[in-house]
Amino acid sequence: MSMAGVFAAVVRRELRRAARSQSEALYPLIFFVLAVILYPFALGPDPALLARVAAGVVWVAALLAASLSLDTLFRNDYGDGSLELVVLSGAPLALVALAKASAHWLLSGVPILLLAVPLALALELGGTTLVILLASLALGSACMSLIGTAVSALTVGLRGGGMLLAMLILPLYIPLLIFGAAATSNAALGLGAAAELYFLAGLLVLAVTLTPWATAAALKIRMG
Amino acid sequence: MFAFLHKYASLMHFYRLSARWSGWLALATALLMAYGLYGGLVTAPADYQQGDSFRIIYIHVPSAWMSLFIYMCMAGAGAVALVWKIKLAEIWLRASAPLGASFTFLALVTGSIWGKPMWGTWWVWDARLTSELILLFLYVGIMALDNAIEDRRTGARAAAVLTLIGVVNIPIIHYSVEWWSTLHQGPTVSKLDRPSIHIDMLIPLLVMAIAFTTFYFAAALARVRGGILAYDRNTNWVRELVGREAARGHG
Repeated sequence: MSMAGVFAAVVRRELRRAARSQSEALYPLIFFVLAVILYPFALGPDPALLARVAAGVVWVAALLAASLSLDTLFRNDYGDGSLELVVLSGAPLALVALAKASAHWLLSGVPILLLAVPLALALELGGTTLVILLASLALGSACMSLIGTAVSALTVGLRGGGMLLAMLILPLYIPLLIFGAAATSNAALGLGAAAELYFLAGLLVLAVTLTPWATAAALKIRMG
Repeated sequence: MFAFLHKYASLMHFYRLSARWSGWLALATALLMAYGLYGGLVTAPADYQQGDSFRIIYIHVPSAWMSLFIYMCMAGAGAVALVWKIKLAEIWLRASAPLGASFTFLALVTGSIWGKPMWGTWWVWDARLTSELILLFLYVGIMALDNAIEDRRTGARAAAVLTLIGVVNIPIIHYSVEWWSTLHQGPTVSKLDRPSIHIDMLIPLLVMAIAFTTFYFAAALARVRGGILAYDRNTNWVRELVGREAARGHG
């Protein structure tokens, strides 16, 4: 199979599986919405306050939802033994890793972006600020999928894997959160957000370049 | 066959070779630390602004340096373990993690204690303190992953991958000082050409840094030697060694 063939096959397989077990793909998205709407209950419905914290709230909820959804990324493949076959098949593992991360972004990052629009509007965040929020979230969630794939490969099949995964991954997401939230709050103050977005784009380039190799190494180690 | 012999021999030889290193390093630590503490707490002049409370610098700053230094040692050991599959590097990595976490914790606690008189509060969401906190969670994560995987070698190598992923965070920690303008005072020592610290204050600080480093190597070596015995516990040389020690204990 050609390189593009391997990539397309893995992505297609992930999408098909998501289509067949929709509930599993939906849980993290429902969690995302719930996590966001908890904040108005906790902080009160004051529009000025909500507008000020909206970007941070959406970003934190997106981080948590991503770390939840990553738990299932390799679990089924590990359970039914197909992950071992993929490792043994001789297909370039880094490419498989990149395809897995891309599929995860399509299934978790993109829906979160779409859901972020009504949620941000409900939190009194709109206009240019919303555009910047979405741009930072788009770059950030792609990074989250890539880094998360690597850590998820490390923790696949371990007892308490989900909590362990969240514990390992959230510290690695903090730089994304810092730049993403800073970009959005700059935009809300009418300042330029280009620097933070460039930083996020830089981190994405770094993640695309490095994490597939880390995932491949992790899979090889865990699959013996 | 040769590779097998080589791997087998290197652990055994390292164990025999390093028998006295830990003790010598511990002695050096004691001497350096005595000198550094005397210099720092007694002979160094009080700070013109902070008075005597600046003296916690002699614990805080070396701890913070060590927290990064040990992470770098672990990343180096992790790379060696993954590329050349050298067992000693795996053992070194997992022996270092709790030490690094302890230094990070120490740096956080002393930073917090120092912050109380200086900033009037125990904790400030300042760039470098916060980065130290993230570093602590990286260390905890590495130890947790290592513990969660039952097979010793798989655990160590998975921890090595995680260490290398986390190493991307180290430059972020380093440059965070420039990225965010905060309450934290600027670096006082790294400006090597003209450090903004008096020479009588600086020398004990550097001595303490060296003492902390020798302490790390002494403690890590002791842990590594224990790790070697655990790794090779089913080999003849460990059985013979343990048998000899037991005989000596009884005799």
